[in-house]
This record gives sequence, C-alpha cells and structure tokens, in this order.
Amino acid sequence: MSRRLLVSTFDHENDLLAATNAAREHGYTIHDAYTPFAVHGLDKAMGMRSTRLAWATLILGISGAIAKLWFQIWTSATSWPVNVGGKPLKSVPAFVPVTFEVMVLFAGVGTVLLFLAMRKLWPGKKPAVIYEGVTNDRFVLVLVQDNASFNVDEVRLLFGRFHLVQLEERIERS
Amino acid sequence: MGEVFSVLRQPLVLGNKSYADITDDVCAPMERQASLSWWIAFIISVGVLILGAVSIAYQVMTGVGVWGLNNTVGGAFDITNFVFWIGIGHAGTLISAILFLFRQRWRTSVNRSAEAMTIFAVICAGIFPIIHTGRPWFAYWLFPYPNFRGPLWVNFRSPLVWDMFAISTYLTISFLFWYVGMIPDLATIRDRTKSLFRKKLLGFFSFGWDGSNKTWQRYEKLYLLLAGLATPLVVSVHTIVSWDFATSVIPGWHTTIFPPYFVAGAVFSGFAMVLTLMLIVRKVMNLEEYITLHHIEQMCKVIIATGGMVALAYLTEIFVAYYSGNGYERFAFINRALGPYGWTYWVMVTCNILVPQFFWWKKIRRSPGMVFTLSIFINIGMWFERFVIIMTSLTRDYLPGSWAGFTPTIIDLTTLLGSFGLFFTLFLLFARFLPMIAMGEIKGVLRYGRGAGETKPVEVRKEEVHEPTLVG
Repeated sequence: MSRRLLVSTFDHENDLLAATNAAREHGYTIHDAYTPFAVHGLDKAMGMRSTRLAWATLILGISGAIAKLWFQIWTSATSWPVNVGGKPLKSVPAFVPVTFEVMVLFAGVGTVLLFLAMRKLWPGKKPAVIYEGVTNDRFVLVLVQDNASFNVDEVRLLFGRFHLVQLEERIERS
Repeated sequence: MGEVFSVLRQPLVLGNKSYADITDDVCAPMERQASLSWWIAFIISVGVLILGAVSIAYQVMTGVGVWGLNNTVGGAFDITNFVFWIGIGHAGTLISAILFLFRQRWRTSVNRSAEAMTIFAVICAGIFPIIHTGRPWFAYWLFPYPNFRGPLWVNFRSPLVWDMFAISTYLTISFLFWYVGMIPDLATIRDRTKSLFRKKLLGFFSFGWDGSNKTWQRYEKLYLLLAGLATPLVVSVHTIVSWDFATSVIPGWHTTIFPPYFVAGAVFSGFAMVLTLMLIVRKVMNLEEYITLHHIEQMCKVIIATGGMVALAYLTEIFVAYYSGNGYERFAFINRALGPYGWTYWVMVTCNILVPQFFWWKKIRRSPGMVFTLSIFINIGMWFERFVIIMTSLTRDYLPGSWAGFTPTIIDLTTLLGSFGLFFTLFLLFARFLPMIAMGEIKGVLRYGRGAGETKPVEVRKEEVHEPTLVG
C-alpha cells in the first residue's frame, strides 16, 4: 500500500502550531509532525490522545515493590532463616528501604523499555529523517492525501499564511 | 522583527540566537580539534587516575592494611570518600529532576553536565566500598543471587545491603535519565556530522530518533516520570547512606537528624562541585551565553539555602548532645570541636558555615572568579565534614582503653587523589565527545523572556506544484 504525503516545512514552532490547528480545522488528516524539540501544545493541535505511560509506570512500580517485598520475606524467613540479633524473621520495616529502591528501579527501567518498544526505537535503528534539518531548526507537518478532493494548492494557500517555507509531495511505499 | 524582551523574565539564553546557532554553538567543541588546555587537563587527570589505579592495585594485592586503619578505626578515608562522592552526585539529580518538577527552566543550561557529573561521582563513590571489602573480586556477594552455599542470602536488615541497592539503583536511574535526555541531541549530531564514522556510531546510539511529535509526546511524559521517580530516589539514597551511621550505636552517629542533614549536605556539596565545573566549562568552551551569570547566581542561592540547613544541623546536633543528658553523646561533641581532630572540625565550620555567607552579596554571586574560589572551599569543607563525623566518633568511643588515632598513609592520599583523576578524566571525555548542553531542551526555552514570535498571516502567490518524489 502506498500513501501520498504532503510534507510542509516551517521555520518557527508557532507557525507549525498554527498550521497544525488550521489543518485540523479544515479536516485534513495529519500523519505526524517533526520538530527539533518538544513543542508544547502540538499534541493537542494534532488531536492526539494523552499517553497512558504513567499507568504503566505505576503498575511496574507496584509489581517491583511486591516482588521485592515477597523476595525479602522469602529469603529471610523461608529459604534460609537466620536469627539476626533476635530480630523477627519477617522484619518488614527493615525491608522497606530495599523495597522502595527496587520499586523505583522496576518503574524506571521498565518505563524506558516500554517507551522504546512503543515508539519502535532501538539501538542501531536506521532513522527515517523526513526533512533535513528537522533535528536542528526545521518544523515539519505531514498531511496524508487520503481522498480525491485533496487539493495541494488549497493547502499551499492555507499554510502560506503561516510562513510556509517549502511544500513537497511524497509517496510513501510500505 | 525586533526582539521583544519581557520586563519580568530575563531571557535564559543571551545573544540573539537562532535554533541553528544553538546547534552550532553546542556542537562546536565536539567538531574541532581538542584545544591545548583540554589536552593538558586530560593528561594530568589520566596521570592522577593512573596513580590511583596503582594505589588500588597495591592495596588489593597487599590488603587493606596499607591504609592507616587499625582495630579502633575500621574505616576512614574510604568511607569519607564514598560519602563525599555520593553527595556530589546529588546536585546533578536535584538540577535534572527536582528543578524540572518545580519548572525551574534555567536548569536546561546545566542539567546535562550536572547529570553527567552525577554518574561520574557515583562511579567514583562505588569504588570505595568495593575496595574496602578487601576482596573486590567477591563484590558480587553483595547481591542476593542463588548460590551453592545454602543458598545463603544477604541480610536485608543491614543498612549496608540497603546501601548497595540504593547506590546501584541510583546509578542505573541516573544513567537512564541522562541517556534518554541525550537521545534527541545524539540524533541532531548524527544528522549534521560530516564524518562517516561518527554518523554510523551516533546512528547506532540515537535509536533511530526522527523528531516525530508522536514520539516527543511520549518522550516528554517519560521524562516527567523519570524526574518523578528520581526525586524520591535521590532523597532515599543519602538517607540510606546516613543510616549506615545512624543505625549504629556510636555516639555522634546515633541520631535521627542524620537523614535530612546528610541530604542537605549532599546537595550543598554537589552544587559547589557543579559551580566548580561549570565555571571552567563555560569559559573554556565559550558557553558564556548559555551558562550565564544568572545561572551562576541561582546556584549560589541554592548554596546559601542548603548551607543554612547544614549550619542548622550542626547547631542542632550540639544542642541535642547537650540536651540528651547522655555523657557519651556530650563527650563526642566536645571532642569533635576540641579533641585531637578539632582542627578538622573548624575547617568544616569555616568552609561550610562562614564561606557560603559571602553569597549574600550580589556582587560576589556575579563574579565567576570569586564564586569559583568559594566553591572550592565548600568542596573541601564538605569532604572534611564526612571526615569529622567518621573520625571523631571512631577514634574516641566508649572505652578509653580502645581509643586510637588515625594518620592517613600515602596510599590513602593517592587513592583519594585517584578518584579525582577518574572523575575529571570521565568529565573531560564527556565534554569532548558529547553535547554538554541539552540542545533539545534549551531550544524549547529560547523564547523565554522574549517576544513570542508572532505569526502574522502573509500573502503568498500560487506556485507550481512540485513533482512528487519517492520515499521509503
């Protein structure tokens, strides 16, 4: 399947934001935007849902904590019980610090791995840089030409109001 | 369009920069030949590092007896250095995580190097407990792993085990925070570099980053989550380090004030080290428009605040020792100030209580030379603080019959020096090969305190439609 994409380039994040808002108001399908830094409000302009990554972190943290607490109790009281200074075998208050550390470790490492997996990023992945300078100082909006009435000149006129730098049609083959 | 400046907010980046200028400025030190001063600093650091490595090798082959330890003083420089380096690391996390949560946007100029400093300081710190075990090749025994001795597990009630978990988690999370923050910048360098080798290398390490906003959205969230995790983590780390002392029954150590006192002291010493490093870096690498006097002033203010907390802790300790009515506790503090190691106490008080008071003067806060000198004093003072806590309590405990002294040997001193060698070698390598300033973040605050850069609709004429080009 191939798609026709319209790649429009801007010099300023506010232009990109305004163009994105305008594109959405006019009912164009936004494929993605590419920016050198996180532009605040762009996800809303693109109509993206907010991410649920935080829930994953919470679940990871809780599972790390439970697993470690269980492990400490199991090693200290079941697997090889050792009487340390007459302290109870299940001395839960003393297990709190390590439980906390492992909770943070699970949540942190797990969230990073989940993020990489979700966004399909991995070491050595060949980057598909949409437009030269997009990691430096260019702001790019990519629209999908998904119906017959899509008129490039209309888009040019629309985006022209926002200091459009360049407009380019591309065909994406997958 | 003329630049519009806010009267309320100072711009965080000076000079009239564009986004491309930022990329050029930050990448410049990496793309030119190393300067003579870098080579001189690097050769000295590596030399000192080798000295330290030789000392450690000698100590490992001979035994911990090569240090000035004895039956009474079971740990001295090793523990002092450990706590000192861990403390240094804390400022990095404070800048990168806590100031991020507090929306202190000036942090963007210094957070990358401060985080790097954290990682290197934690590495330096980690060496000391490992070599203190005497048999570092068995250091993995600290981990609870299934073994053929029972399996015999580690004692999870021991603060030393807590410490091991705290430090290794801290190192892991700090590294992730630093590395994740650097991925977009690595992609920036990848896309601009001319060298094929570097393009390949950074292509590998930048994880195929393409600046997609769908990724940026999750990335921002991830960054916030990591900051949220690192904040309690950093507090827990020095709290647990302080428990190494506080859970024992040695007079002068057995106090509940230790956790907050240690955390404040850690941030205090760490900021002094950040200032020491940043003042050199901004000068040598021409980053004065990014790490401005405003940034230095902010950090000096953090030092006043945390220095005040440390001073309060010193006074509280003395008061509580008096008020406890416990003779041993009282003696510990009289001995601390007036005993055989009294001079170290007064070095500590001078450097940590008196020196930061100079930062009340704006003129001093805005004079890099003065700040640099004072930050060195604080670094020294905070090393002595740990030495005082450890030494005065250990040399004079309950039984006068078991009292002893401690004199560092040459190996003690060269090992301490060696850790500085390691720290500066790593930092110099970082400064040479990685972006010192978070480009992806500083671009986001470039407009701070300036006009918003209005988007005025403009007239355009219709042009020919480009021929479609093929991609993918």
